[in-house]
Amino acid sequence: MIDFTEEQIKRYSRHILLQDVGVEGQEKIMNARVLVVGAGGLGAPVSLYLAAAGVGTIGIVDADVVDLSNLQRQVIHFTKDVGVPKVKSAKEKIEAINPDVKVDTYFEFLDSSNALDIIKEYDFIVDGTDNFPVKFLINDACVMAGKPFSHGGILRFNGQTFTHLPGTACYRCMFKEPPPAGAVPTCSQAGVLGAIAGMLGTIQAAETLKYFTGIGELLTNRLLTFDAKTMQFHTVPVKHRDTCPICGTNPTIDHLIDYEQAACDLKNH
Amino acid sequence: MAKITVNGEQQEVKLPLNITELIKQNDVTQPDMVSVQVNDDFVDRTEWDGLQLKEGDNVDFLYFMGGGTFLFRV
Repeated sequence: MIDFTEEQIKRYSRHILLQDVGVEGQEKIMNARVLVVGAGGLGAPVSLYLAAAGVGTIGIVDADVVDLSNLQRQVIHFTKDVGVPKVKSAKEKIEAINPDVKVDTYFEFLDSSNALDIIKEYDFIVDGTDNFPVKFLINDACVMAGKPFSHGGILRFNGQTFTHLPGTACYRCMFKEPPPAGAVPTCSQAGVLGAIAGMLGTIQAAETLKYFTGIGELLTNRLLTFDAKTMQFHTVPVKHRDTCPICGTNPTIDHLIDYEQAACDLKNH
Repeated sequence: MAKITVNGEQQEVKLPLNITELIKQNDVTQPDMVSVQVNDDFVDRTEWDGLQLKEGDNVDFLYFMGGGTFLFRV
């Protein structure tokens, strides 16, 4: 049992006051180890809220440096951070919010060579990435390692998220494989309203805290989608697929795959 | 005419109608970016042409969504 300091009791008082959390729940949060993949639009709010909540260890993976175009939605990075590695900028903010939190940084891309080694150090993984190859990689690595994770995706005015626990539907149960490279939206169709990242990221942070405290029902076997234009939220029941190539009865995928990412160049549009 | 539910909303459709045709009717601009569930079971892309919808079917289109910096390389 953690001996809470006076300062901690005050800091976490709004959690401790919640009957579903209490001192026990707060202790679980403080013992939690969470990996956030991507310190971008989703990783920013996720990291900020998990830090404020007192998550014991937060690992952050990102190989990018802060770009001016990130600041429209990646609220953990400030104007002064342009050019700084995102993991460094994120670590500074997390420590400023809550010195209780231990931050591990991985200034590298997550790929088939390092994913399992990094993931195995954590209890829960949050997918805050911006591309399909890594979303499939995180899914496959978590299924292989038996780790729970939160999936998140945003586009234009829409967001989607679900939570995976071993045995429940995974990303490949819903989307068998990445979309063909020629099928990805053109630049003029892409883009995202900044606040959407906050809406989805805070749902992912809430799911993470629910996982550790055991509160309520997680978004397992359900895909939550929303359209911020109408503010309609829609939950689609999804089932674990016996024929799923990674978590099905006879999985055909036995190693991690580095898919190619199709990209478009904003300068040409 | 038959009543089916698409993404939670009821639609009146003319049968016979398969998944590929329903996708077209619903103006899905990029069918490659969609995964389809009928009555809570996923339907493989290869079966879209062959699956005939019927009265009361519940169809969900699930869209691929990337992240905030979706596909942009500046």
